Amino acid sequence: MKRFRAFLNKEFLHIFRDVRTMMILFLIPVFQVLIFGYVIKNEVKDAKVAVLDFSGDVMTAALVAKLDAANDIKIVKTLYSYEEIEASFKANEIKAAIVFESDFAKKFNTEKTVDLQIILDASDPNLANLLNSYISAIANNYARDKNIGAAKINVSVEPRMLYNENLVSAYMFVPGTMALILMVITALMSSISIVKEKEMGTMEILLVSPLKPIQIIFGKLAPYAILSIINAVSIIIIGNLVFGVPVLGSPILLLFVSFVFIMMALSLGLLVSNIAKSQQVAMFISMFGLLLPTMLLSGFIFPIKNMPLALQYISHIIPAKYFLSALKSIMLKGLGISYIWKEISILIFMTIAFIGISIKKFKIRLDS
Amino acid sequence: MSNENIIEVENLVKKFGDFTANDNLTFTVKKSEIFGFLGANGAGKTTAIKILCGILFPTSGKVSVAGFDIYKERNKIKENIGYMSQGFSLYEDLTVKENIEFYAGIYGVKRKVIKTRLNELVEKLDIADLKNKFVRDLPLGWKQKIAFSVAIFHKPKVVFLDEPTSGVDPITRRQFWDLIYEAVESGITVFVTTHYMDEAEYCDRISIMVDGKIDAIGTPAELKTMHNAKNMDDVFIKLARKQSEENK
Repeated sequence: MKRFRAFLNKEFLHIFRDVRTMMILFLIPVFQVLIFGYVIKNEVKDAKVAVLDFSGDVMTAALVAKLDAANDIKIVKTLYSYEEIEASFKANEIKAAIVFESDFAKKFNTEKTVDLQIILDASDPNLANLLNSYISAIANNYARDKNIGAAKINVSVEPRMLYNENLVSAYMFVPGTMALILMVITALMSSISIVKEKEMGTMEILLVSPLKPIQIIFGKLAPYAILSIINAVSIIIIGNLVFGVPVLGSPILLLFVSFVFIMMALSLGLLVSNIAKSQQVAMFISMFGLLLPTMLLSGFIFPIKNMPLALQYISHIIPAKYFLSALKSIMLKGLGISYIWKEISILIFMTIAFIGISIKKFKIRLDS
Repeated sequence: MSNENIIEVENLVKKFGDFTANDNLTFTVKKSEIFGFLGANGAGKTTAIKILCGILFPTSGKVSVAGFDIYKERNKIKENIGYMSQGFSLYEDLTVKENIEFYAGIYGVKRKVIKTRLNELVEKLDIADLKNKFVRDLPLGWKQKIAFSVAIFHKPKVVFLDEPTSGVDPITRRQFWDLIYEAVESGITVFVTTHYMDEAEYCDRISIMVDGKIDAIGTPAELKTMHNAKNMDDVFIKLARKQSEENK
């Protein structure tokens, strides 16, 4: 244990002494949350929408048909109560629900004003925003068509944002940035730090020493695990203070999921360090093999459903996709473990697989 | 030098697939001698050293280091040896003191002992002003001397030096060898590979490896008379030539 402590001590000296490492660890996360929080925008395609029709007359039927015919919207479900809306959102079956009040056509013709409510899942705020304007536009167009020659009538649209009441788009980017930062710190930095040891020839010295290989690996990875957890917590705090991103679910569950993702990223870092012979190669693999997919294919910046089919399939093997989905569920929807056990299991499975491959590769190398 | 064997190697074979890196090596190294392990690049020196240090398993053969069996007591061997590689193996971004504390730490040297030995070392090498400098700021010669001092800081029974003097000028090399002699006097056995033939003369006994086999073994004087050569360089060339003729 004393030996291990001497080793850890050295690792922290490496980290705290290098200005670039310190910047990557502590400055870039802050900047990234701020930049992504303010800048990025999304698009919609075939968003799933449910209809709750208390009226069921000719007019609402026509409106539903019109909405369904629109390019960006697909009516997938007909509901019969408000409770079902909540359930459908939680099951992730719909992105929006449209509620027609009773006697829709009658009110439209006699009172000249009628209410139509749109309920949106705003944990995906850009999508929610766009859906809101699409549905409103279609409804208003329809009202105008019906209204030729008559007095002025409006269909009033009342969006109620579930889960993200004020529709702040930074909400989406806090989980995304977290995935990205944790990937950089754990996978990239840890793989570089291990490969550096190989490149400088010091790995040999460590292997000759009485330290066990498992202690060496653990000592190399542990500091980055600790620092990533600190970073994850600070990103959540910045998100909360600057953008008001809430943590509706259990903070302990949130930390647990982050920890699972960190373990997964570390196992990836270990795998990269096994493959790469130089620090440049490790950096290259991490950048193009890990960071870019995390950014582009996880649903962080581009919605997965807007991607070409081939990329949608690839997105299934991007670990960050599951992490993002779990984070959103916990932070923005306040869901418990029963809703995200699938994501957690997939991440744990990936971790085991990567460690397995690393050990196998390591053994092959020692043999030849 | 005593008669006690500190390294015993019997019929050591190491194969990588079809390639035989170490072909039936047999030799012994006696306590507190300087054993020179010579050979051209690719002759199998590094493979043999890795096996002796316990980071590579032999394909077959008996090997014991410091009285411990390579198959069963690898951890004990690791406790009792020191190792210095061509790269000098110090961390450039740590100070001299931090490097020493780190290596002593992973070898389990107690903190108090580290402190006293560090002070002794600072006095011996006269490096009070270098102690808190980063290793990257030191001249090559100093890095090398300090790397050697680090390798024997935990007072191992055997220290393995893999081409410790490559790339250094002759004067610094000579100073380095003074440190080696000093270590031997304190009872440490030195196992050194080099491709400087003048350094081979400094060794008590040497072995010369060609193509994975040990072609010659003995004191420098014995080898010179045996091969009727003026110096070690000559011995080496004659052995290499003989080998290439056999291959024809």
